[in-house]
Amino acid sequence: MAAVLALTAVGLSLVFGVMRVVNVAHGEFFMLGAVAAWFVTAFTPGPPVVGFVAALVLCPLLVGGVAALADRLVLKRLNYDPEATIVATIGLLYILQQAALSLYGPDARPVPAPFEWRIQLPWFGYSGYKLFVVAAACVILLAVWLFMTRSRAGLVMRATQIDRDTARAFGINVDRVYAGVFALGAGLAAIAAVLIVPIQQAHYLMGHDPLLLSFIVVIIGGLGSVRGTLVAALLIGLSDGVISVFYTPTLAKILATLFVALVLVFRPQGLFGAKQ
Amino acid sequence: MKSLALHLAVIALLFALQFVLPPYHHTNIARVMVLAVFAMGYNIAFGYTGLLSLGHALFFGAGLYAAGLMANGGWTGLATLPAGLLAGGLVALAVGMLALRTAGVSFMIVTLMFAQAGYLTILYFGPVTGGDEGFVLPAAARNLAGFDLATETPRYTLGLALFAVALLANLALVRSPLGRVMVAMRENEERSRMLGYNPFTVKLTALVISGLYAGVAGAGYALMFGYVGASFAAIQYSILPMLWVLLGGAGTVLGPFIGALLMFYLIDLSSSVTTAHQMVVGVALLALVLFAPKGLLGTLRERGLKWLP
Amino acid sequence: MAAMILSARGLTRHFGGLKAVDGVDFDLAQGEIHAIIGPNGAGKTTFVSLLSGRIPVQSGSITFNGQDITRLPAHARVARGIAYTFQITAIYARLPVYDNVALAVQRQGSRALRRDTMAALARVGLDDRADQEAGTLAYGHQRLLEIAMGLALKPRLLILDEPTQGLANSEIEGFKALVRSVVPDTTVLLIEHNMDVVMDLAQRITVLNFGRLLAQGTPADIRANGAVQAAYLGG
Repeated sequence: MAAVLALTAVGLSLVFGVMRVVNVAHGEFFMLGAVAAWFVTAFTPGPPVVGFVAALVLCPLLVGGVAALADRLVLKRLNYDPEATIVATIGLLYILQQAALSLYGPDARPVPAPFEWRIQLPWFGYSGYKLFVVAAACVILLAVWLFMTRSRAGLVMRATQIDRDTARAFGINVDRVYAGVFALGAGLAAIAAVLIVPIQQAHYLMGHDPLLLSFIVVIIGGLGSVRGTLVAALLIGLSDGVISVFYTPTLAKILATLFVALVLVFRPQGLFGAKQ
Repeated sequence: MKSLALHLAVIALLFALQFVLPPYHHTNIARVMVLAVFAMGYNIAFGYTGLLSLGHALFFGAGLYAAGLMANGGWTGLATLPAGLLAGGLVALAVGMLALRTAGVSFMIVTLMFAQAGYLTILYFGPVTGGDEGFVLPAAARNLAGFDLATETPRYTLGLALFAVALLANLALVRSPLGRVMVAMRENEERSRMLGYNPFTVKLTALVISGLYAGVAGAGYALMFGYVGASFAAIQYSILPMLWVLLGGAGTVLGPFIGALLMFYLIDLSSSVTTAHQMVVGVALLALVLFAPKGLLGTLRERGLKWLP
Repeated sequence: MAAMILSARGLTRHFGGLKAVDGVDFDLAQGEIHAIIGPNGAGKTTFVSLLSGRIPVQSGSITFNGQDITRLPAHARVARGIAYTFQITAIYARLPVYDNVALAVQRQGSRALRRDTMAALARVGLDDRADQEAGTLAYGHQRLLEIAMGLALKPRLLILDEPTQGLANSEIEGFKALVRSVVPDTTVLLIEHNMDVVMDLAQRITVLNFGRLLAQGTPADIRANGAVQAAYLGG
């Protein structure tokens, strides 16, 4: 699912790009979004589509709120020191995972799709919902793109990314920008999760694979470059299916992981980044 | 002199403790001692040289599986223990050659990725390694020079012996010229380069020593507890030594042991109240990073015990 | 002329469009005290960084003691006997003064580390502060410690980047005596803004301007040189 992967990865990339923070707990925000989606849909009366829309609105807000809180309480106090924040987000990862396990339980639970509809073409059938996910992800990515490049808030973020101190001198509230970016990054992961749960079930350990994949995507795309991330997400998402045809999933993962490590060692600017 | 006496006293205390401990804690302390060796190794890279690795589970796992797989082939502790030591060192050498071309955050991610690849490799070769479930060492292999490591006293003694050698070697290392250069790299790499030290060589040396510690700890663990499994090579075992070192105090010789001891019993005690021991680990990590980045001994050293190595 | 310990030919380093060092030929005689001066931005620090290996050479060559060292990394040049002290004090602030110097002494494979380190400290008058944390030293003492680290390497060539910056007049006198005491065993190359120090200490002076060699000669030559005066007054 390249589209969902891209959403998750863009969130990670945004956080790293603007804040220089490697958020190891990013996958847990994804998981949190999925679990929250289950709660929302399970307790919303009416047809699945109502619950789904409610989840799509509520979950990113909720997860974004948790992220903003984490930023205020933890990351800010560490002054965004890169290494300390990694250690801190590892701590966050354990806490979120345990919280989900305690409150939600160890079972994987399905979330009903908002609609059942198959496109029947002469040579193969395709789930309409999957197409909807791809379309929705593309729309959201486009919205993020426009938000970053066109809006005033996007300008402020980019200014902060380039020079934190100068931005502060120009009266930008850097603390609020950081909290916002962190929340936005987490929110994107949550949206991706809400979109995916009708296809994959919600489970408290589901944050691992997306995290690893998002890492791969962000690193290959060049840390912090949103455009590179998008290209890489599409490539990986598409090639993932191709690779799995030839190898077992485990071997494919081994190869992918080693590949990322070697990219970082030999081409730290990413495969698509420009050499500085 | 004072510090040598302190460290010898700790070893003597641990030796005496085995005669009074009830069986449950007897096993626990043996476990903590061998894990402390692992933590000391982590501390040599992280605490002294400033290399924040997220992949030490790979070195521990290398030692563990070297010992475990050789045990399946009929070898005993006399061969498997040194083999684990070497396996840890060699894997660290290979990883270091590549990963040390990066620094800081990149180094953390690269080591994490290598360790993850190692973990997946263990799963991939499931028929040999037992995959997720692992395997139990044959009883005959858990033997060191005639002592049966499945019994209490030899097990404790092996743990103590590994711990004592590792601790004293650690003490000697940090007081040696090499130890001084390692700290110099942590403090200011560029300055150290202009004093004629090759940063790459120094850091690689530190990482290999660190890998030797992790490897022998892994092999010791396999022999003492008779079980080898992929979970010991998973990311959790890269995070735990970091946690122990942070808790006890990075860059202190006794810190890793104290951190491992406290954390072990913290999780042990908390599991009688709640099953949420991951929560304990997470909260401990956050609290340490936020409120006590220097750990227990690091803080003590700052408050007046300046001689603490 | 005495034997040359170091020669550079056509030494060049550009940063983007900025020609920081642009085709400089330079010779350093064994045992001399040689000063590099020039207006701000003339490329002085870049030039000595090329000699010490902190910045890779773009084109040109450097020979030291008869051997080509153009491609050697910095730490290998230190091993050959080129020591460099930083313009911005770069001591290990959180380590004791003793360890700072011991790091340099042990690099020489000293047999009696304690004795040699204390001797190196005594040379700059810091032996009574050996156990103090280096970051807590007064600024002037930190500069002295920096120089002590350079000297403890027992270099054949000691490069000092603005060593007297921020020193009091009394401290400068001590510094001059120190530099005079190391020649002719050690050749000294210093970047210096304080003209009194330069004229008093240096046997030969090189003037850089816009990355190029403007003039070279004895202090008297340089004083009388019209181009140098123009560069300083005009710049």
